[in-house]
Amino acid sequence: MRTVVVVPAFNEQDSVGEVVKRIAAAGLPAVVVDDGSTDSTAVEAETAGARVLRLPVNIGVGGALRTGFAYAVGKGFERVVQVDADLQHDPSLIPALLEAADHTGAELVIGSRFAAGDYAVSGVRRALMRMLARLVSRTVGSELDDVTSGFRVISQPLLRRFAADYPTEYLGDTVEAILLAHKHGATVAQVPVEMAPRSSGSSVSRVHAAGQLARVLFAMAVRSWGRNPS
Amino acid sequence: MGEEPLVSTAAQILVLGIAGIALVLIVWLVRRGSLKERFALVWTAIGVGMVALALLRPVLDRLSENLGIESGTTTLFLIAILFLLGLVLHLSVIVSRLEEKVRDLAEAHALAEAAHQDGKSNKFEATVRPTDDG
Repeated sequence: MRTVVVVPAFNEQDSVGEVVKRIAAAGLPAVVVDDGSTDSTAVEAETAGARVLRLPVNIGVGGALRTGFAYAVGKGFERVVQVDADLQHDPSLIPALLEAADHTGAELVIGSRFAAGDYAVSGVRRALMRMLARLVSRTVGSELDDVTSGFRVISQPLLRRFAADYPTEYLGDTVEAILLAHKHGATVAQVPVEMAPRSSGSSVSRVHAAGQLARVLFAMAVRSWGRNPS
Repeated sequence: MGEEPLVSTAAQILVLGIAGIALVLIVWLVRRGSLKERFALVWTAIGVGMVALALLRPVLDRLSENLGIESGTTTLFLIAILFLLGLVLHLSVIVSRLEEKVRDLAEAHALAEAAHQDGKSNKFEATVRPTDDG
């Protein structure tokens, strides 16, 4: 299967080059979507050998991903690996992730840090993530521990759907995307993967996170996520 | 019935003054091109409505009595707040729509730029063209 790695990046000039190099070392092409960065993210990514898509303004991870998906579909790729630009996910684990994903046969495969065991997250956050995971798992009908993970594999035909429509707000690009995949009739599975703790700088503030969590719960309550296969 | 008017003259003058200033501001903004006529019309309509209510004291007074509100000024404020809430909701819808449009535009721009560059260099195609990956 023709596979490409899509890396959404917003002001990650210190890590994006290394991410791209490790992707190349894994033998895969990299597309970095620069989400309106104000630093030299795009230049670093290009120097490291990535194809760079430049968003003229910052529109959020979901928008960056949709751009990457659309580009991948346009280039005839059948499978996209989504990786963060901050080295939270080690791109050298991509081949292992792809192999595990193949075994599941699912169109959306989520690399789960909790399924892998000892990933440390503070109490309240962990409890909320667990609650979200349980809610999503019940809706989707498949056991998912880590619904906010941004280390994923998306295959056709779901990829084409995501290229056309993908949620953009915080938690929308992770949690809602899983529900959207389910709505489109795609199967969702998870595989365990090791992750580095998130660098504190890029993490959102608590108040903001709480607000976004409320938004996602509201979206889940209001919208229908029933299966709607074409 | 010989009752005291429920809206004081001072309040009337205040409302008229504010409405007048608002009207001047609206016309000025439209002339400068910083306010669309569509919004100007909405604001003018609201302004005219407020002035009418302030001037037509008996109407406002009777409305207040029927609603069980003691002060006509309160009724005026109530109506104003309802209008404003409606308008703010309307603006939120517009902002949501604009956000979506900006997103679509930004993405389309990034893809168009990439297509343009790919057309010139073929660099990315060349690196991914081989069909040997599993």
